[in-house]
Amino acid sequence: MAHTLNRLKADAASMMRDEQGPCMEAILQIAGLRVAFDGVPTLRAINLTLARGESLGMVGESGCGKSVTWLAALGLLTRRAKVTGSVRLAGEELLHAPASRLDKMRGGQIAMIFQDPASALNPVHRVGDQIIESLRLHRGMDHRTAQVEARRLLDQVGIPDAARRLGAYPHEFSGGQNQRVMIAMALAGQPDILIADEPTTALDVTIQAQILELLRQIQRETGMALVLISHDLGVVSEICERVMVLYGGHIVEELPADRLLNQPAHPYTKGLLAALPSLDGPRQRLFAIPGVVPNAAAFPPGCPFAPRCDRRIGRCREWAIELASLDGDSRHRAACLHVTSEPPAGEVVAA
Amino acid sequence: MARFILVRLARAFLTIAIVVTFAFVVLRASGDPALALLSPETPAEAVEAFRKAWGLDAPLWVQYVRYLFAVVHGDLGQSMRDGRAAITVVAERIPITLMLTAPALILNLMIGIPAGVYAALKRDSLADRLVMMVAVIGFTVPSFVLGLLFILAFAVELPWFPSGGAGTWHHVVLPVITLGLGGAAVLARFSRSAMLEVLGQPYIRAASAKGVPWARVVTGHALPNAAIAVLTIVGFMVGNLIAGTVLVESVYSWPGIGSLLVVSVASRDLAVVQCILLVVAAAMITTNLTIDLLYGMLDPRLRQLHSGRR
Repeated sequence: MAHTLNRLKADAASMMRDEQGPCMEAILQIAGLRVAFDGVPTLRAINLTLARGESLGMVGESGCGKSVTWLAALGLLTRRAKVTGSVRLAGEELLHAPASRLDKMRGGQIAMIFQDPASALNPVHRVGDQIIESLRLHRGMDHRTAQVEARRLLDQVGIPDAARRLGAYPHEFSGGQNQRVMIAMALAGQPDILIADEPTTALDVTIQAQILELLRQIQRETGMALVLISHDLGVVSEICERVMVLYGGHIVEELPADRLLNQPAHPYTKGLLAALPSLDGPRQRLFAIPGVVPNAAAFPPGCPFAPRCDRRIGRCREWAIELASLDGDSRHRAACLHVTSEPPAGEVVAA
Repeated sequence: MARFILVRLARAFLTIAIVVTFAFVVLRASGDPALALLSPETPAEAVEAFRKAWGLDAPLWVQYVRYLFAVVHGDLGQSMRDGRAAITVVAERIPITLMLTAPALILNLMIGIPAGVYAALKRDSLADRLVMMVAVIGFTVPSFVLGLLFILAFAVELPWFPSGGAGTWHHVVLPVITLGLGGAAVLARFSRSAMLEVLGQPYIRAASAKGVPWARVVTGHALPNAAIAVLTIVGFMVGNLIAGTVLVESVYSWPGIGSLLVVSVASRDLAVVQCILLVVAAAMITTNLTIDLLYGMLDPRLRQLHSGRR
């Protein structure tokens, strides 16, 4: 009863926000994106729309496809990967576009930063030259102008003594500073979308907060869309407006970030939340989702999460997985039989 | 930087001292030069006189001290075979050997590195497999076998080139190819793996992700990093070339240092052998020093280690 009441309250709140909400002009549309490595499917029909200026979180365990989605969209996977579907940037198809077009798009319209900033910067080039390279590629600046702009960018991402640091090499920076340099490099092309692939996973906890704050601040200043790939539910719910939960190459739930922590619908999302340690209350044994993510080659038919799910029923195995709205709220969708329809009473829960 | 060079120079001197000592001991321990140089029917008094004249009658350590003293004063002794200063005998052969080793080194680099890089870029393609197959053959067939095969094919069956000797550029072709191919094969294999390693690094994907065109990713981001690893192997190859030249010069009767070394060892011409070893050691040390300095130029991380800053 209380549960229903909560949901109603949240719906009312979201409706109110929608009225004053931002214009939802789609900048990127991914439809039916599939990726297979050596014939083994790792990404199964991802559909996703990104609005201009919004912040989207992508969560899930390692190997669930959250990074692969974006590497595929940017054409950064090796030739071994077979990519099908459609990726439209402002209406223009990017998948299998000519290399020259992709080079303009990468860094210019969609920029990406990576997990381990120390190894994502070229060790033999000065950081200034690496930023200047982006500026010259995407903004057509001559070397002098680019140098001035590079200094401004380093300043903007909070690196002290920017003028001198331009001449330094990546190994002379700390991990957090290297990630700031990566962000400066991403900003150099004035992108519409920034993909941050686990940008803080390799950093100290104290630095993590600083980098996330920087990302949030920069997003506010530039108005670009931010995609934050992470396995940290707390971080995602704090930074992003909308969250997608991936499992086994499927989007299993999509919901407003403010619902992630208290109103998840999919059993997998619930499991992820239950696995977070709670800071208050009595000490409890940590919950772990039973079982492991199956090998990509050995995914069961039907719902990919069924083998580990405590609510599975016989029909889960035959079910063609599909996202469905919850209670008519199109912003919260989940791919679970229990969400789309109440399980028939009396059906036996499979052991 | 100055400290780095000083340390390296000190090590270089130590290395030369060890080489000199080793050569001295091994050569004296492995046979009597008097017996090797003089004919068996030479009267005993004459042999004795020969020993006295060359200081071979003194105890070994006295000979060693005398030798060291002379070396420090720039006197590398005289050839027992033709009486001239050993350094003169060796020096006149150096340019003749360089006529083989320098083009062979260039051949190594010009074939090995592009072939390896190309194979890495076209990984698992037919071209890659072909390059690697040729490289394995070139790498496993010893240079003296290759030399003999070449003579058989291109001097005997198809009389395009002379089978040995020196004089015209025709004489240079077969020995240079024989000497260069093995190294090119090693370098191709190594360049390929170095390049593959670098291409798998996150900063290559990051460079692509920021919109650098692929050709520029390869030349501007991958090659400078792969060069660091390839440089190591180039250092070894200079050593291999010097070793290889001994064999190849023998096969092609090329009158360079290698042939001189073979003759001098056989006849126990101590001063000449020791002089050659000194020259080779000095060449190796110079090569390694050059390579260490080049490392610093290629890799900023090492540059700082050298200068002791940070």
